[in-house]
Amino acid sequence: MTNGGAPATEPLLDVQDLQVEFRTRDGVAKAVNGVSYTVAAGRTLAVLGESGSGKSVTAQAVMGILDSPPGFVTGGRILFQGRDLLTLGKEERRRVRGAKMAMIFQDALSALNPVLSVGAQLGEMFRVHTGASRKDARDKAVALMERVGIPAARARVGDYPHQFSGGMRQRIMIAMALALEPDLIIADEPTTALDVTVQAQVMDLLAELRREYRMGLILITHDLGVVADVADTIAVMYAGRVVETAPVDQLYKAPAHPYTRGLLESVPRLGHKGQQLHAIKGLPPSLTAIPPGCAFHPRCPLARDVCRTDRPPLNDVGPGRASACHFWKETLDGAR
Amino acid sequence: MAPGEPLLEVRDLVKHFPLTRGVLIKKQVGAVKAVDGVSFALRQGETLGIVGESGCGKSTVARMLVGLERPTAGHIRYRGEDITRLSGRAMKAVRRNIQMVFQDPYTSLNPRMTVGDIIGEPYEIHPEVAPKGDRRRRVQELLDVVGLNPEFVNRYPHQFSGGQRQRIGIARGLALRPEIIVADEPVSALDVSVQAQVVNLLARLQDDFGLSYVFIAHDLSVVRHLSDRVAVMYLGKIVETGTDEQIYDHPTHPYTQALLSAVPVPDPDARAHRERILLSGDVPSPADPPSGCRFRTRCWKAQELCARVEPPLAVPAAFHDDAGPARHASACHFAEERHVVPSE
Repeated sequence: MTNGGAPATEPLLDVQDLQVEFRTRDGVAKAVNGVSYTVAAGRTLAVLGESGSGKSVTAQAVMGILDSPPGFVTGGRILFQGRDLLTLGKEERRRVRGAKMAMIFQDALSALNPVLSVGAQLGEMFRVHTGASRKDARDKAVALMERVGIPAARARVGDYPHQFSGGMRQRIMIAMALALEPDLIIADEPTTALDVTVQAQVMDLLAELRREYRMGLILITHDLGVVADVADTIAVMYAGRVVETAPVDQLYKAPAHPYTRGLLESVPRLGHKGQQLHAIKGLPPSLTAIPPGCAFHPRCPLARDVCRTDRPPLNDVGPGRASACHFWKETLDGAR
Repeated sequence: MAPGEPLLEVRDLVKHFPLTRGVLIKKQVGAVKAVDGVSFALRQGETLGIVGESGCGKSTVARMLVGLERPTAGHIRYRGEDITRLSGRAMKAVRRNIQMVFQDPYTSLNPRMTVGDIIGEPYEIHPEVAPKGDRRRRVQELLDVVGLNPEFVNRYPHQFSGGQRQRIGIARGLALRPEIIVADEPVSALDVSVQAQVVNLLARLQDDFGLSYVFIAHDLSVVRHLSDRVAVMYLGKIVETGTDEQIYDHPTHPYTQALLSAVPVPDPDARAHRERILLSGDVPSPADPPSGCRFRTRCWKAQELCARVEPPLAVPAAFHDDAGPARHASACHFAEERHVVPSE
């Protein structure tokens, strides 16, 4: 997914037709059903979707932290810097994780160890991956804390996670992800639990660091506003599939999938007091019973017979754009 | 109640939670000043939006309005009568008219009760509203009103999605035909596509039943969508209040301006030419709020005066002769109008 007319370079991450299922007592939940997306070095891909769309599960499969069992990757490839991660052994995979790619989670309080000081947790990265001494590791931890904007870092390096505010904890999570200067960062709803003024601080920090270290960033979110603020390209997910990908400005101006259009129309705007919101009717499907054909058809205003039987492929609909809708032309025209 | 008089009037409302030390001999060592002097009025059929970040006291205000917390000081007048000191039967009669919808549709419904029992439970407490034989029919009517299948009365909460559960919570809030609904973050836990459905439902119910809402949320876009008037809270106090247009398009308090400018807007074009006000630091502890203006520790305009004198919530002197929408109550010594929301 190159941005507009930019020259095509080899992507940093290339996920191809990924499939993940969860085998539970109640049946098989098909969480990811053929997801493909790419991230270029130094760019930001936003993965937008509602709960149960498979956006986090895809990221967990990329990171190699899927709970297995019950989760299993049943197909597809995850090419990272040209190597298929799914073919690597456990030990090799572990070396990639943390050093080459890192993850930032939504809830810093539960992602950090409550009984270890933040300095010890940050320092552990250096001790395990680079064999640094205790003292070196601590100094590096302090430097990192300063870099992510924690005031009085040297005095607070021995503090425990609960002694920091939510925004500061999220900064520590970012520091941890950044420790070994990875090439790819996956941030899963990094600011959802934060207040708006703090959210703005944290998103700014993340964007600044991405530029500085020329990292690729996958930002997983449900917030259309956050996406518009920071992303270069977007992948919209629904029921375990990418239904539309596009450069960010084009997607907001002229969505090529009815689900994307529905999402854009259903958010209230800050700039004016609206009338009735155009809500998408119905509910997202259960992953154990995904509708046949196009998974969105029961909620789609454009649905016709073909949508109930044939699963639409991810069609090319323009430079750097794709849409998994039989009627993408009509949708695009309707938007213009 | 005389015509034009507010349905609900809140005056100098205070709630302090004591901080104690010691196990056997408890000694009060301070207090968390969750709400510290809040006043507002709610008129018939209108929606008052209360916005603010976590810890600003907005949920505590909600809990006091419905009688779940007893205020430390101040008055809540419902149709002219102070309800903070009522007890027993009188309180029960008032509560019937002020009902609450909670944020979390997963924990606010009893998992061991059927939907019919949950929505019908208010009738057990207020049997005069619906005679026994009539209750099932009423519950089914309510399910229909909130857009759920009336056949679902015997199902349990876990058989519903988050959005459907929130509809159940709303149906329960409507059961006693209240005049006022206090909704505390009613759509925050819902997905975008489902959130719009519930927002539309709340708007329709207001028209159909002539309800008045106190709508509490941290999502400023949702609040604007539903509210006629808006109050912005910071650290236990209202810092600015006015109509939705006054607050969103003509804010004069620095905190409101920072809050509005920080909201991510779903429009990539706004990214380039939008002015962001980034606040430094975190909200101070409500157990030990700053002297004078509580926002001064994060404010770029703060001067010595702000630490000494607390600015009152009133139309600032600078706007006394202003006839435009910038003339509204704002608790700042240096109030200035500033446009921070991109117009569409």
